[in-house]
Amino acid sequence: MNPFAYQRVEAPDAALQAIAIHNAKFLGGGTNLVDLMKDGVESPSTLIDINHIGLNKVLVNANGATIGALVRNSDLANDPAIVAHYPLLSHALLSGASPQLRNMATTGGNLMQRTRCFYFMDTAFPACNKRVPGSGCAAIQGFNRIHAILGQTDEGATSAHTCIATNPSDMNVALAALDAKVEIQSAKGKRTLPLADFHRLPGTTPEVDTNLHPDELIVAVTLPPAKFAKNSWYLKVRDRQSYAFALVSVAAGLEMDGDTIRSAGLALGGVAHKPWRSPEAEHALAGKPATRETFQRAAELAVAGAKPYEHNAFKVELAKQSIVRALTQASKGAQA
Amino acid sequence: MIRNNQARPTPEGQLEHRYDGIAKVTGKAKYAAEFTEPFPKKDLVYAYIVHSTIPSGSIASIDQKEAERAFGVIAILTPFNVPKLTSAKPHNLSILQDTDVHYNGQPIAVVLASSLPFARQAARMLTIKYNQQPAKLNFMGRLDEARPPKQGGREQPGTQRGDLAASMAKATVTVDETYITPLQNHNPMEPHATIAWWEGEELNVYDGTQYISGVKMSLARILNLPLENVHVQCPYTGGGFGSKGTAWSHVTLAAMAAKVVQKPVKLVLERNQMFGPVGTRPTTVNKIKIGADASGKIVGIQHDAIMNTSVMDDFVEHSAGTSRMLYNSEANATTEKMVEMNLGMGTYMRAPGEATGTAVLEIAMDELAHKLKMDPVQLRLVNYAETDPSRNRPFSSKHLRECYTQAAENFGWSKRNAEPGQKTEGNKQIGYGMATATYPANRSAASAIVRILPNGRVFAGSGTQDIGTGMYTIMAQTAAAALGLDPTLVDVKLGDSALPKAPVSGGSQSTASVLPAVDAAARQAKLKLFQLAMQDTHSPLYNAKDTDIETKDGHIFLKSNPSTGESFTALLTRNGAAPIEAEGSAEPGPDKNSMTTQSFGAVFAEVAVDKDTHMVQVRRVVGTYDIGTLMNNKTGLNQLMGGIVWGVGFALHEEAVIDPVYGRTVNGNFADYHVPVNADIGDIDVSVLNIPDTKFNPLGSRGIGEIGITGAAAAVANAIYNATGKRVRNYPMTPDKIMQA
Ligand SMILES: Cc1cc2nc3c(=O)[nH]c(=O)nc-3n(C[C@H](O)[C@H](O)[C@H](O)COP(=O)(O)OP(=O)(O)OC[C@H]3O[C@@H](n4cnc5c(N)ncnc54)[C@H](O)[C@@H]3O)c2cc1C
Ligand code: SF4
Repeated sequence: MNPFAYQRVEAPDAALQAIAIHNAKFLGGGTNLVDLMKDGVESPSTLIDINHIGLNKVLVNANGATIGALVRNSDLANDPAIVAHYPLLSHALLSGASPQLRNMATTGGNLMQRTRCFYFMDTAFPACNKRVPGSGCAAIQGFNRIHAILGQTDEGATSAHTCIATNPSDMNVALAALDAKVEIQSAKGKRTLPLADFHRLPGTTPEVDTNLHPDELIVAVTLPPAKFAKNSWYLKVRDRQSYAFALVSVAAGLEMDGDTIRSAGLALGGVAHKPWRSPEAEHALAGKPATRETFQRAAELAVAGAKPYEHNAFKVELAKQSIVRALTQASKGAQA
Repeated sequence: MIRNNQARPTPEGQLEHRYDGIAKVTGKAKYAAEFTEPFPKKDLVYAYIVHSTIPSGSIASIDQKEAERAFGVIAILTPFNVPKLTSAKPHNLSILQDTDVHYNGQPIAVVLASSLPFARQAARMLTIKYNQQPAKLNFMGRLDEARPPKQGGREQPGTQRGDLAASMAKATVTVDETYITPLQNHNPMEPHATIAWWEGEELNVYDGTQYISGVKMSLARILNLPLENVHVQCPYTGGGFGSKGTAWSHVTLAAMAAKVVQKPVKLVLERNQMFGPVGTRPTTVNKIKIGADASGKIVGIQHDAIMNTSVMDDFVEHSAGTSRMLYNSEANATTEKMVEMNLGMGTYMRAPGEATGTAVLEIAMDELAHKLKMDPVQLRLVNYAETDPSRNRPFSSKHLRECYTQAAENFGWSKRNAEPGQKTEGNKQIGYGMATATYPANRSAASAIVRILPNGRVFAGSGTQDIGTGMYTIMAQTAAAALGLDPTLVDVKLGDSALPKAPVSGGSQSTASVLPAVDAAARQAKLKLFQLAMQDTHSPLYNAKDTDIETKDGHIFLKSNPSTGESFTALLTRNGAAPIEAEGSAEPGPDKNSMTTQSFGAVFAEVAVDKDTHMVQVRRVVGTYDIGTLMNNKTGLNQLMGGIVWGVGFALHEEAVIDPVYGRTVNGNFADYHVPVNADIGDIDVSVLNIPDTKFNPLGSRGIGEIGITGAAAAVANAIYNATGKRVRNYPMTPDKIMQA
């Protein structure tokens, strides 16, 4: 680990002042950042510990929900109002990591967690555009089983633009399906980004994960009034029953009118550089009867244009089967 | 029969709890890396190994100027500055004697600093330049380059019995498929660790090892020291599974570094550094052909295995070995060949050969049973080997038939639907599968020392190891039983090379090797105790005959009249309060080669496979084993259960993936190298027949450390087939493979 300074701040304003230090980073639960520092992937000059700045409340009312950036993943998942109104979010959170990690992980930190691409996480691999811009992408010719099939940039292994990494978060997938917004503050003021615009595709700058600027602080995540409390399902397909990242995950929320779908929220995890929300699929579900045919059509649309690699070709079919399953379950009621 | 899920009293003579249990759960048990004595703690220097980042070539230069100036750095050892050794360099180690790079992750330098973080940080400041060479990394694409092993392993790499072609021609049903097991890493909980310090020309080490005598011999040989100058201690080993059976590079590097800095040096591997430098289980590709007649009788078995080996040296994973002896067959032919790769060394890993061998052969048997429309248990009974078909000699004791019957009954095998894909529960497909388990019963020469102390306690010592298996516990029991004493009154010492020599804690041999030695030493001590009493005019046993004397509960007395006697304590106190001491040794008998000593078992599994996600839940595993006498219920059944858990991981999770370009393990950490977690394991029901094998050793006990993993993987694989109708022949059986089968 590189030597670094540690600074504890007690209020959001102090955090925003401190972040002006060159190459400083916020420290949430530290479950991602500290690991990356130990392994030499990240080397911030200063850690600004924001664990004591407040922003740790969950508020749910008729206007929706406001979740403080420092709310722990466990607290959020078990918050009675979240469980009642946004079970999709609760289930997504509980499917992630382990109890110990969830007890530490924060909402802001989870939004910002970095990819688990093997080549990004191990500095002994020389080629990774995300870690060392311009170095190429080892995943293209390497072991790409956990990598993206949608929205990636692939201009060849040696191109500085190439990146086929995925966003590993479960929480983010549910937030995408729930139409969340991210509230952001900087020394200059406040702004709000829809979740869909918070994470980004690699484009030509794979080193940039999100549209958050380095001097900005996430203060909260907000959710619109709950539409899917009665009919939602988070499905996570993974290599073991617990404590594994998703091969593919599906967050499905349905607003039902008898057997007809009034509206739908559908997002995929494990397939792209950001939670993959499919407006086409959602559109194809709206106004349709909740039948297998409807779900299959949505599944086709959701993965349309997928471009898989040597080791992850299975994701296309697995995603489709998972979407149909999650939608079927959601149409039957809420997840227990 | 002794079964884990049935309440049972602790049998007489057994310790109810592990001897070392309290020390372990309270943190008092010290592992190699935790010692801060006898040297001054402040003198301890921390070493960090720098590993190569290319798979093949040589190191052109290492610029260490910046690193040398880094805070806390004491020394940096590289191939360019390290003291050259006069001994021949072992092929399987990387101890900085040359600049060659054979694999990605190979040790190429050691940074020594006043703290571990300083050492790690300085390691990143080294600028290393390589001359890269083309690397041999593609295994599956180079199978046609396979060659026989350079030197034999513990078995023949190729065998032939009967006329295979002629016998196969008689087959009415044939299975002919290829089965693959992946590269695996042992990953014991305790990382490999060594603390080394010198006192003049005497070298001391604490080392997390399965073989203190092996470490001693390796260090003496490599560093050109008289054997008696090397002292090795290892009171506890946090698992090894074969990866600590060899003194790998870090052990020598720690000793070399301690010499250079003239201080005690601590070297602990990081998890990531355990993927390569401390051995792997090779990938095996197994082409298996089995032919049977209409009655299910096997006429021929052909098993051709190809595995990867390291460019440094060969290691044979005998995955074809099981196919030679598990079932009768008129003809039998096996080959084992290797493809060289730029990877770290292969080595023994829990049930080397049998874990992989049963994993593949037992799927082939299931396929055969399905083709014959025969119950898989019945097929195995039809081909039951009463004697060892591979060596044409009897088994010392074999009760596999009872294992099949008992395990099938405990499991409820009769409820199985032979037609796959028939049983569903909601979105889940339910399947049953079974397989045979087997592992040889090994035994080597061992020695021990026993002392009867005047305070009523007994000391038992042997230079063996407790790798988490229960050696402390059963040594105490054995000494106590031989002397006639409560086992809680025995103090055990092991893991110190000053003690009488014992073999490697590998090959499931320690129980069968060390306990007879402890037993012999205790009996010697008891005879001495008898002599003392018989010659002591003040003893009630004065002038008695030794054949008339007995001991029990710490008392020595006349068999014919137990009230004529006294306590050990009274006798010893009266005679100068000196302890009675005796050494004992034991080794396999002269008839060793006239019989095959082998353990067996039957293992059954139930799985639920999700029809959309293709995720597998192992609901329960039932195993019954014929392992001779069970020495301790808790530690014994535990090992069988642990083996089964590993079998489940073998079936579903474990695989070290090597990058095809850089040759580095891509998932060399516990987040990405998957082993089962609690949620993956359902009910495990293990039982043992507990039939003594006294032809093998006087205690009738065969080792149990490894047999649990055998058969378990195939039982799960066969259950997946029964659930889904999909036959996966490539471990691990992850959701994608099941979906695509
Ligand atoms: C072994 C393992 C398994 C895991 N499995 C899963 C899984 O299955 N599913 C899953 O979803 N996740 C999983 N995780 C990831 C886990 O969810 C994340 O590590 C966690 O959510 C990160 O939150 P944190 O608060 O600890 O972030 P930190 O590590 O503290 O920070 C992460 C990043 O966010 C930034 N940051 C933190 N807070 C703010 C803020 N308020 N404003 C701006 N920037 C901020 C930090 O500067 C840093 O760059 C796993 C992690 C591990 C180690
Ligand atoms: S996929 Fe992205 S993160 Fe992974 S190696 Fe390529 S550039 Fe790096």
